[in-house]
Amino acid sequence: MTSVLDALNHGLLRALTDDPRVVLLGEDILDPYGGAFKVTRGLSTAFPQRVLTTPVSEAGMTGLAAGMALRGLRPVVEIMFGDFSTLAVDPLVNTAAKLRWMYNEQVSVPLVVRTPMGGRRGYGPTHSQSIEKLFLGVPGLRVVAASHFGDPGELLYRAILRQDDPLVFIEHKLLYGLQVIDAAAASDFEIERTGSAELFPAYRLTVRGAPPPTLTLAAYGYMAELARQALVRLAYERELFAELIVLTQLAPLDAAPILESVSRTSRLLTAEEGSLSAGWGAEVLARCSESLGNRLAAAGRVAAVETPIPAAAGLERSTLPEVDDILRAAEKIGAHPHV
Amino acid sequence: MTDALALYRSLVLIRRFEETILAEYRRGAFSGTTHTYTGQEANAVGVISNLQPNDIVVSNHRCHGHFLAYGGDPRALFGELMGRATGVCGGRGGSQHLHWRNFYSNGILGSTLPLATGIALAEKMQGRQTITVVFAGDGALGEGSIYEAFNFASLWSAPLLIVIENNQIAQTTPITLGLAGSIAGRLAAFGIPTRELDSSDVLEISSTAQTLITDVRQWQRPQALILNTARFGPHSKSDDTRPAEMVDELRRTRDPLTLHGTRLEAAARQTVDAEVEALVRSAFEQALIDPPAGGAI
Ligand SMILES: Cc1ncc(C[n+]2csc(CCOP(=O)(O)OP(=O)(O)O)c2C)c(N)n1
Ligand SMILES: [Mg+2]
Repeated sequence: MTSVLDALNHGLLRALTDDPRVVLLGEDILDPYGGAFKVTRGLSTAFPQRVLTTPVSEAGMTGLAAGMALRGLRPVVEIMFGDFSTLAVDPLVNTAAKLRWMYNEQVSVPLVVRTPMGGRRGYGPTHSQSIEKLFLGVPGLRVVAASHFGDPGELLYRAILRQDDPLVFIEHKLLYGLQVIDAAAASDFEIERTGSAELFPAYRLTVRGAPPPTLTLAAYGYMAELARQALVRLAYERELFAELIVLTQLAPLDAAPILESVSRTSRLLTAEEGSLSAGWGAEVLARCSESLGNRLAAAGRVAAVETPIPAAAGLERSTLPEVDDILRAAEKIGAHPHV
Repeated sequence: MTDALALYRSLVLIRRFEETILAEYRRGAFSGTTHTYTGQEANAVGVISNLQPNDIVVSNHRCHGHFLAYGGDPRALFGELMGRATGVCGGRGGSQHLHWRNFYSNGILGSTLPLATGIALAEKMQGRQTITVVFAGDGALGEGSIYEAFNFASLWSAPLLIVIENNQIAQTTPITLGLAGSIAGRLAAFGIPTRELDSSDVLEISSTAQTLITDVRQWQRPQALILNTARFGPHSKSDDTRPAEMVDELRRTRDPLTLHGTRLEAAARQTVDAEVEALVRSAFEQALIDPPAGGAI
């Protein structure tokens, strides 16, 4: 068994080993500290020339990395907390994401910006957000979110070496400590790849031995784990059978795996940790509505309450979506064929 | 052609190109926005004429002069401003977003400083012997990313020449309302050696730039050149808020074409004038009949 943290660390190590163009930049990423969440531990010892600790300059390091990518390197930037990615919006949106297109396909900018999002650790309003939705729908920018399903290390490796565009790689802080779950490790549920995405696949989770599902859950990142728990409890405690679609590529959105599922279940519930309005779930729901029309019988979205995220544990719990919120929303959609 | 005459030719090329742009905008040949370089020609020509073929230029919104001094094709630049498929970027970029060979420009003030620093470092890390030159105006010095880039460039020894073209104005805002302290002081704070010139003489600029470029290449460290200069035209097309007498005075005393042109023999100068005039005309006319980007309008 391997943790998501080790898988990501190994993905970075493999990328550095396989390709001398890979350069890592970020704050406090050198050993022995190895980064605020230790994702880069050991790497500066192995590759001292290509693992560069930066001043506290998110905008600067991201712009710098865009320039490096433009001239033949494959930089990977670590933004210590996802909250700080707002400082890197300009170099990402107005430089990195535009150059290939705006220069008429004469260049490419293979830049990866990795960052941990998410709360539930009591870090308070400026160190707990899931603001990846700010980067969704930016032309030229790919957004990928790791989960503990499949192989998050391979996902990161592909982001760095198997595609050539700027990419924001989202890691939820609570994923780091989880064990990676592949088909062999799954117990009371089954997991398989779905859809046609090659680099950043989607997964379908179903409860082992359950009847055909009447509800599609859709989630990514750490919410995929909460949705998995809800999936199992819905089946065992309420005889409500759902299937869970986990996406790894959030933008550009390939909704096909979700559409395929909803075309069978006719009900959709999305779950995300960011705040509700104009979020990932809104886009997914819009796509389902456009494609399925009245074959979409009911739908809902689970997301964070729209206030900043409080530090106190009790307050934070009532702000961020939990398994119970997913259960309640699923029941509200009313997918009980057997009752 | 002597070196002095070649420099003059580059100055005239930029001047005629920009004059054509402003005149033809009024007649509707171009759309969108533009920023012309008249008055500042000696900066681009003086600096870029000292570069080697693989060196890199990173430019800003006022990029036509840099592009032409770099050797960019006037017809492709006219085409880019007219939305032609033959434009520098096939009409996608327009006036401020050019890329050709090792020339890059972007219209987001300040964003190009981190970019250029990264470019310079990437070149160095890959053992290429190039240097990178980045041009920025006095107004861009209000952007925070500039100082992050100064810090990175100095800390990580980027082979970068930073050229600040100080025309004392940002759109309509005079430098007195936009900049505290001094530009040189800001560079000094990051340990970046800086030369400052108050000149529109291409030879003076060129000889200083040559020294700095040699130093950047040799020491693999950033250097800066502050060029106090004069914008003759509007910021964009017809938005000059300065008193006409002030601009007239600049044109009388700070014209790079006059300053350098008087060194040359009248006959040789006139030959160059006529040749460039014809070249710019024909580039413009060719661009006019080039196919529009994205098919017929
Ligand atoms: C980030 C950003 N803010 C504002 C603008 C609008 N703008 C374009 S040019 C300009 C003034 C620039 O002044 P300066 O840097 O001195 O260059 P100059 O125009 O004098 O050559 C402004 C405000 C912009 N392009 N980018
Ligand atoms: Mg200015």
